[in-house]
Amino acid sequence: MKYLDEYRDEKIARGIVVQLARRVTRPWVLMEICGGQTHTLMRYGIDEMLPGGIELVYGPGCPVCVTPLEMIDKAIEIASRPDVTLISYGDMLRVPGSRSDLFHVKAQGGDVRVVYSPTEALKFARANPGRKVVFFAVGFETTAPANAMAVWQAKREGLENFSMLASHVLVPPAIRALLSSPRNRVQGFIGPGHVCTVMGYREYDDIVREFHVPVVVGGFEPLDLLEAILMLVTQLEEGRAGVENQYVRSVTYEGNLLAQKVLADVFEVCDRKWRGIGGIPESGLSLREEYAAFDADRVFGTEGVTAEEPAECISAEVLQGLKKPTDCTAFGTRCTPENPLGAPMVSSEGACAAYYRYRRHAMAAKGSN
Amino acid sequence: MCLAIPGMIVSSQVNNGIRSGRVQFGGITRETCLDFVPEAVVGDYVIVHVGFAISRVDREEAERSYELLESMGLLKGELASDLEDS
Repeated sequence: MKYLDEYRDEKIARGIVVQLARRVTRPWVLMEICGGQTHTLMRYGIDEMLPGGIELVYGPGCPVCVTPLEMIDKAIEIASRPDVTLISYGDMLRVPGSRSDLFHVKAQGGDVRVVYSPTEALKFARANPGRKVVFFAVGFETTAPANAMAVWQAKREGLENFSMLASHVLVPPAIRALLSSPRNRVQGFIGPGHVCTVMGYREYDDIVREFHVPVVVGGFEPLDLLEAILMLVTQLEEGRAGVENQYVRSVTYEGNLLAQKVLADVFEVCDRKWRGIGGIPESGLSLREEYAAFDADRVFGTEGVTAEEPAECISAEVLQGLKKPTDCTAFGTRCTPENPLGAPMVSSEGACAAYYRYRRHAMAAKGSN
Repeated sequence: MCLAIPGMIVSSQVNNGIRSGRVQFGGITRETCLDFVPEAVVGDYVIVHVGFAISRVDREEAERSYELLESMGLLKGELASDLEDS
């Protein structure tokens, strides 16, 4: 446990908090993009440790949460076919679609399976040539190269029974959309450490210049996040806005060029709808024309499927940092991880699920006093 | 599903021009694509996301991050699979 202590040392944490308190002269609203970071912040109560005036809000960085409703509906439609095996990441099974979810399809006898890597879906397709194997691919730039590689391999091998329902999203256009919104409150961003491990942080230069809002790429340890917050507040208090990298242990300016190459070979940028947020121009990835034969949306003719989002769930506001999960009247009662109304309650990286896990009891205790 | 987990490369081979190997996460090992980290060799630590190593890190960094994920109870869900035996 030697290493644990170094990045979770309470004394060091308090030291950073003291430095923060010295530097802060006015309130600042900061957003962490990545759901993994949300989890650490909640788990260690970092949001509650910060000097008054520094507010953390949760960003749209949970891929499960922002996958549009119609994509879930498409996956359900495809998975309901008797000749199809639909494979995805575990969290996707419980995300509610318009009328059902993939878990329900599985319970009804549909062949729906969970993997941790798209490579396993490829293997399954090779071993089961009689099945139409569809990989439901969601995720940000961290996941995209892996999914791209799976399609690239399938094409090279001529694996005709494999296809992909791709619903990839990109971080920089989402930041742009948030900053362009008249309701925006965010003044600084903690950049997503693993997205930037793949993509580098070159892409954020233009955003910072255009909107004059600082971005600090952060890691996932409690002290990583405190340091990133301190770096952001220092910039803000000094009137600067630049891109800085706190997570140098994993992130370089250029990122992983090999991963970026595969991604660019297989995917192209497209407009994408985000659940709860709406359409964001050039914010997604779809398969290039040369991979059309592996595009499940075309193979199964689901391109026309659309869906209207229900109004009851406030996930739109939560994902844009406008509301906290606890502002929702359904939170912890009609909406729980076991019975989610909206996607942020489903995934372990979702803001509502993190709140439910770490703050529910504290809230209940507060409420009963 | 969006978390990246550090582990140690315990084997490496090239099949059909693609380099892959087993990576050990605590008591679990998983088949992992190593094509994006050509510099990493057996015994090195890498950060793995959905079965693909995306960067090489030092051992201390790897152990620290692993313990953090474990302490938050996030590992089991992340490595869950209907298709692979641990």
